[in-house]
Amino acid sequence: MQTTAVIVGAGHAGLAMSRRLTERSIDHVVLERGEVANSWRTQRWPSLRLLTPNWQTRLPGRDYTGDDPDGFMPVADLVAALTDYARLAGVPVRTGTTVQTLRAGPHGFQIRANDDLVCARTVVLATGACARPVIPATADAIPPSVTTLTPLAYRDPGQLPDGGVLVVGASATGVQLAAEIHRSGRPVTLAAGEHVRLPRSYRGRDIFWWLEATGLLAERYDEIDDLTRARHLPSPQLTGTPEAVMTDLNSLTALGIRLVGRLGRVVDGVAQFSGGLANTCALADLKMNRFLTRADQWATASGLDHELPPAHRFAPTRVDPGTPLELDLTSGEITTVLWATGFRPDHSWLDLPVRDRTGHIRHDGGVVTGAPGLYLLGMPVLRTRASTYIHGAAADTGALAGHLHSFLDGH
Amino acid sequence: MTITNNPVENGVNVQALLGAREALSATPEAAEFTWRATCTWRKGTHSHSTVDGFTGLGAEQQHRATYEYDIDHPECFASEDNGATPVEVVLVGLAGCLTAGVASVAQFRGIQLRSVTATIEGQMNVLGILGADPDIRNGFDAITVRFAIDADASREDLEALIAQSQKRSAVFDVVANPTKILVELA
Repeated sequence: MQTTAVIVGAGHAGLAMSRRLTERSIDHVVLERGEVANSWRTQRWPSLRLLTPNWQTRLPGRDYTGDDPDGFMPVADLVAALTDYARLAGVPVRTGTTVQTLRAGPHGFQIRANDDLVCARTVVLATGACARPVIPATADAIPPSVTTLTPLAYRDPGQLPDGGVLVVGASATGVQLAAEIHRSGRPVTLAAGEHVRLPRSYRGRDIFWWLEATGLLAERYDEIDDLTRARHLPSPQLTGTPEAVMTDLNSLTALGIRLVGRLGRVVDGVAQFSGGLANTCALADLKMNRFLTRADQWATASGLDHELPPAHRFAPTRVDPGTPLELDLTSGEITTVLWATGFRPDHSWLDLPVRDRTGHIRHDGGVVTGAPGLYLLGMPVLRTRASTYIHGAAADTGALAGHLHSFLDGH
Repeated sequence: MTITNNPVENGVNVQALLGAREALSATPEAAEFTWRATCTWRKGTHSHSTVDGFTGLGAEQQHRATYEYDIDHPECFASEDNGATPVEVVLVGLAGCLTAGVASVAQFRGIQLRSVTATIEGQMNVLGILGADPDIRNGFDAITVRFAIDADASREDLEALIAQSQKRSAVFDVVANPTKILVELA
């Protein structure tokens, strides 16, 4: 089979790109290993809701039109919305099609998928940033009596044995699951490394309203001082709940969750935690306050101070001076370890010399370096800070479809 | 970050550090350093250590001079007190590392320092090292560092300064986090 463009992955980014290519009458096909929105269907726990408010969950040509713009979309609703989007936009998806290899071909690229060969002049990688869990090497030292699992396999607390749970990682996934599991009667210990603290709302507006209004989300990748750091920033400690509650570490310790430092390693069945927790929390508080100051300055400059509730600051993160540095995993107190230690993309099927020494694909705002005609989508801070979120795909696919079109014309 | 017309002078060459970061990212093998010390027993608990060379930037490097350290225990431990105790040297290392970080971050952030003094304390129950109580650890129970900083900056900026210096400190990391240690016979 021969086509002009292949998009790998029918998630929000792949579908948005398909719409952009259709607008430009560029012949293409979307290859999807499962169904549309596959990761959302099969690799997310049912209670998950988007961290971004509904009004912000927009795709090219589709704004949110429901009756709860300030709510947070449950995963099942997002799956339905993306399926609907694919159908209405007439996206040419080939479901159940697993890409095995992608390599250079005589006129662009050769893709082997379901043992068929597809030739394309351009390829768009849209398989997502969270395809595989990142698990620290010390996981091998967890005693066999302790159940371990990753968020991709997690469904609900009922699947865990009774007893204490060590949640490793305090970013969006970790804080959310820590709260849910603790409420099920399984006492949670949360190991927190570097994290990003943000309030769910501030001065009566959702935090994403502030992030968008102040221009932070629009900051371009080529204007950010430390792009590597920006791209590896942990996800903010936010939860989408009907009550829009704040899920910072203070709210979790108030629930009775025990906070410990970053997990260093496990030796002879004993988990050792960093003694740097107080500083980790102080850094997160400082960073949050810097953003709130920026938000307040923007509000004043925009003449909004009389419309908004007054500025205020949140209580500093409380760290118990008696925080333990060790936890014996053989004592029976902890029966489960949950790795909320991040995710990474899976481009293992990519047989092209486009990676840097750390295995990341080298790219300039989604234009892959050293492989003309190859594009990358759906990665954190791909082109702007908004790229990390669903609505960022609109601008990203617009720009990259334009680049792809010029590339084809230049041939 | 571009620093232009910056009148701040803390004696830290920020451009050189930024240049090194860029150059070493491009040639990662040059970023692999090995730090060394040699320690010779004198008598009793007294030892003498020297530091002169290290490996880095893909080559053997030399300090400007050989630095020497006498390590001993105080007289209340029936020793001769020919130098600081090993645990005090750890405190010296941590305070020196954090202070270097404060100066570097201050320069980078355009904060003029007038004086910086770190007071560092490590609390320890010596029943641990004496083997008298198996529930007491050998090492510090806790370490506290108090920075007195006189500078052209708000308290919040100074708090951010010491937070960032901890974040980028090698010794803070060594002390706060587990490190694999191999001790063997030559």
